[in-house]
Amino acid sequence: MAEAARAMPANADMLAVAGLHAWYGESHVLHGVDLSIRPGEVVTLLGRNGAGKTTTLKSIMGILAKRTGSIVFEGVETIGLPSNRIARLGVAFCPEERGIFASLDVSENLELPPVVRPGGMTIAEIHVLFPNLKERARSQGTKLSGGEQQMLAIARILRTGAALLLLDEPTEGLAPVIIEQIGACIRQLKAKGFTILLVEQNFRFAATVADRFYVMEHGRMIDHIVRSALEANRSKLHDYLGV
Amino acid sequence: MSTIFGIPPQALFGQLLLGLINGSFYAMLSLGLAVIFGLLNIINFAHGALYMMGAFVAWFLLQHLGLGYWWALLLAPIAVGLVGMVFERAMLRHLYKLDHLYGLLLTFGLALIIEGLFRNGFGSSGQPYRIPAELQGGTNLGFMFLPNYRAWVVVASLVVCLATWFMIERTRLGAYLRAATENPALVQAFGINVPRMITLTYGFGVALAAFAGVLAAPIYQVNPLMGSNLIIVVFAVVVIGGMGSIMGSIVTGFALGIVEGLTKVFYPEASNTVIFVIMATVLLIKPAGLFGRSN
Repeated sequence: MAEAARAMPANADMLAVAGLHAWYGESHVLHGVDLSIRPGEVVTLLGRNGAGKTTTLKSIMGILAKRTGSIVFEGVETIGLPSNRIARLGVAFCPEERGIFASLDVSENLELPPVVRPGGMTIAEIHVLFPNLKERARSQGTKLSGGEQQMLAIARILRTGAALLLLDEPTEGLAPVIIEQIGACIRQLKAKGFTILLVEQNFRFAATVADRFYVMEHGRMIDHIVRSALEANRSKLHDYLGV
Repeated sequence: MSTIFGIPPQALFGQLLLGLINGSFYAMLSLGLAVIFGLLNIINFAHGALYMMGAFVAWFLLQHLGLGYWWALLLAPIAVGLVGMVFERAMLRHLYKLDHLYGLLLTFGLALIIEGLFRNGFGSSGQPYRIPAELQGGTNLGFMFLPNYRAWVVVASLVVCLATWFMIERTRLGAYLRAATENPALVQAFGINVPRMITLTYGFGVALAAFAGVLAAPIYQVNPLMGSNLIIVVFAVVVIGGMGSIMGSIVTGFALGIVEGLTKVFYPEASNTVIFVIMATVLLIKPAGLFGRSN
């Protein structure tokens, strides 16, 4: 991961999305999304339910195949690639519903995603970050609590060497104390050099971890705010998010 | 010990062995169906026809290429597996998003076509296939005479079934398979080529059927209809065991073979129907099957 980041020119975008349109069947849900992320950044997509945040992540990952425009990851155009090829480039996805497999135990879940590049975290390092997962290694994946399942869902994409993590609402439905743990985890991952694109409804949580914020509405980007301008834009954000 | 429950022991053990032999075939075939259904969501009605093709490949290898039983045991599953993979790529692939019914209809139609072609080419009287020299004869166990070939069929089937179970439940490859059965889109987003895995899985399930077909060739005759005679019972076994359960299909396969054998001893009139009576009862009490997860 570090090697790849060095190979890129400084300040180059790790991910550049331009004019992205996407469809669920016949329904046109993204209408020209633009965004960019530099290596090592944590960027949050904010917006109300149905604004197109999850769809944007799924389009970047290639899970939503019906898409047009341009998605360039580390200089490679991925718009026509299937999701397995995109994953092999070094992009990893943590779904909103967590996607823990019931027929696999915790350690099988953790070791499921194949290593795609060198430089991923080891199981021992992951167990330091999430000690619960070590204790419960032999439990059925779906027998874990909601918070533990979320941690497992994040933990399993840290092994793979992926440089860009797409995290879809990692705090959804969790207790405040768990949300705090997830926040601490994301800050540690940033310190380790991971680049993160986060989808969040929980603005207060996002404000504690992100460098920049994109705001989406009706499948479009309507605003872009950097962390330093957060206070000045607070009332505008409240209007966008309806909080 | 001249009789057990009023039955001469030779008759009892003879039928038990026959039941175990039938159970071996039920287990191998229902296992392949379970693996295929789990990942592809397809009820593979062509399974019996592919089992028959396995036997015919063995016969063909011997007649025209002079390759014997042991070669057939290796080559027939590969050949039929390849045919299956072409079929998956060309046709089945388009049905995964649709109701099970479409896959069932397509594979059923395919089974009729394959059987029709073979019946046209070879008639329906059946071709003999000799037991390999190494496995001729038998062993006297004291209470019964055990033909060596039949013992081999039971052992080979057990080994293949348990190896398959181990591969699916205890290895990394199996973990991919189980995960893709639950959520293929996510497994693919982790970097795994799920469409290719589906093709290989279908090829493997079909190869199991062909392997069973080769094992069956010296016992039953190599006959274009040998698959359709068996497949109806195998589907009952799958329903009883629970669609998609790996160990369930193995255990149910062997158990129902034995039940059928015992029924022949104690109440022969019911021996052809006992499996279907059990199926109806299981469906009433536990619709997901004995080992199935209801969801």
